[in-house]
Amino acid sequence: MTIEIQDLNAWYGKKQALYEINLKIRPHSVTALIGPSGCGKSTFVRCLNRMHEEVPTARVEGNVLVEGTNIYRRDIRPIYVRRQIGMVFQQPNVLPTRSIFDNVAIGVRLNGLASGTALSEVVERSLRHAALWNEVKDRLHTAAAQLSGGQQQRLCVARALAVEPHVLLMDEPASALDPIATQQIEDLMDGLKQQYTIVVVTHNMQQAARIADRTAFFLQGRLVEEGPTAAIFSQPERKETEDYVTGRFG
Amino acid sequence: MSLTAPETQRTDLFAAPKGGLYIRRQIASVAAIVLTTLFAAAALAFLIYLVIFVAKQGLRFLNVDFFTQPPAALGELGGGVQPAIVGSLIIVGIASLVGIPLGLFTGIYLAEFGRGWLSSTLRFLVDMLTGIPSIIFGLFIWVLIVVPSHSFSGLAGGLALSIIMIPTVARATEEVLRLVPRELREASIALGATESRTIVQVVLPAALSGIITGVMLALARVAGETAPLLMTAFGSQFFNIDIARPMAALPLQVFNYTLSPYDTQISQAYAGSFVLMALVIVTSLAVRWATGGFKSSR
Repeated sequence: MTIEIQDLNAWYGKKQALYEINLKIRPHSVTALIGPSGCGKSTFVRCLNRMHEEVPTARVEGNVLVEGTNIYRRDIRPIYVRRQIGMVFQQPNVLPTRSIFDNVAIGVRLNGLASGTALSEVVERSLRHAALWNEVKDRLHTAAAQLSGGQQQRLCVARALAVEPHVLLMDEPASALDPIATQQIEDLMDGLKQQYTIVVVTHNMQQAARIADRTAFFLQGRLVEEGPTAAIFSQPERKETEDYVTGRFG
Repeated sequence: MSLTAPETQRTDLFAAPKGGLYIRRQIASVAAIVLTTLFAAAALAFLIYLVIFVAKQGLRFLNVDFFTQPPAALGELGGGVQPAIVGSLIIVGIASLVGIPLGLFTGIYLAEFGRGWLSSTLRFLVDMLTGIPSIIFGLFIWVLIVVPSHSFSGLAGGLALSIIMIPTVARATEEVLRLVPRELREASIALGATESRTIVQVVLPAALSGIITGVMLALARVAGETAPLLMTAFGSQFFNIDIARPMAALPLQVFNYTLSPYDTQISQAYAGSFVLMALVIVTSLAVRWATGGFKSSR
């Protein structure tokens, strides 16, 4: 799905976090958002499925058009936006006391999408999709807290996929993981972009270079530059981008 | 770096400095340890003495009859407090039926939905309720129910206790719900769950053991309440399960028997005290066990 962001501004209380963001995200591609801490990239990605407004005192202005429909239109309820635009967070936030199966099934059950054997099929398909099935198929009913950090993050991906969203937002999905688990998540993204539009926030520029088709550079709440990943890293148009990607930031 | 010993050895590096300041610091430190230990031991000693005293007095008169027999006729030996035990169960049952849901929903409101002046007012009122002497709740129900219905009743007793439970359960619930990490809520919200679905399916289960702890402690507290029952349930010497009539309760029985001139009744007051105390201890231990089990599973 194409996502078009128009004149997006966001605030936490009185502090403005995003200024006049205009950006077009292409379908079936991975778009990486890079930039230093506090530059607004996490806030931005949370504006794309209306999670930003869940923070008390947070506020958004502007339009986010998903396939031409503005998700901030007055008559659109955020829960239906989030149903179509899934999210994976920085810390693997599995429900620790629930079983692996229940963790994947929870979104499906919440939205009343499937039950019984249909539900089991959805769970298996999602876990396979998230490259976790072989590791957990014999212990689907043990508590999710028993999985390793990398497995928990893939479980979170499976949970997001189970409701069959069109877009997957990932907010630094690998920052809490070791290199092997990071590799697995990256491979996963590469496979998933056939079906989904993926937007991923990352601190790690090598990661952006490895996985992203396009990259956007944020600085102090503004979008500095966006373009094909190769171009951003080899011939950026703006001085700030060049300083950041070459490590001469500041 | 050479492995041989350095040429000059500094022996003064970690030596204590000399002088008044150092001695004063040492004295203050030792004094603090001695005083706090002493006072803690004194407080504990009273508690242990109380438990041992009640247990010693109470256990002597505790037998099967105590639990299964109605009170004997005045001046006669034997008998038990079975009506009071049954009455306590019924009264505490009524209190739970009314108090737990009200407290629970108040707590959920305060933690999850409460914003602005309404919730801060409510929180203030709940805190005030916690501090009000329990006899006031008895008087309140006496005016509200006992006087209009021209009868003391188990129902009135249960309602008086339920009002005492509400603030305890509400604040316990609120505090536990606030401890549930934001990330867990976001996990559910990001899947398209409404706020209320998130609370029911994610937040409450995560907080369940803490809520149960709060409820159990509230139960243990009201089970031992005497004052509010004096003017509501009133007490009774007879077996009664009709909640519209005066009903016996264990704390009331202890209260009445303590004032009695008959030895049998006084000894049964001790036995009753022991049962009430054991109830609180068992509840606390059960709560410890339940919450401890929860922690180790994470």
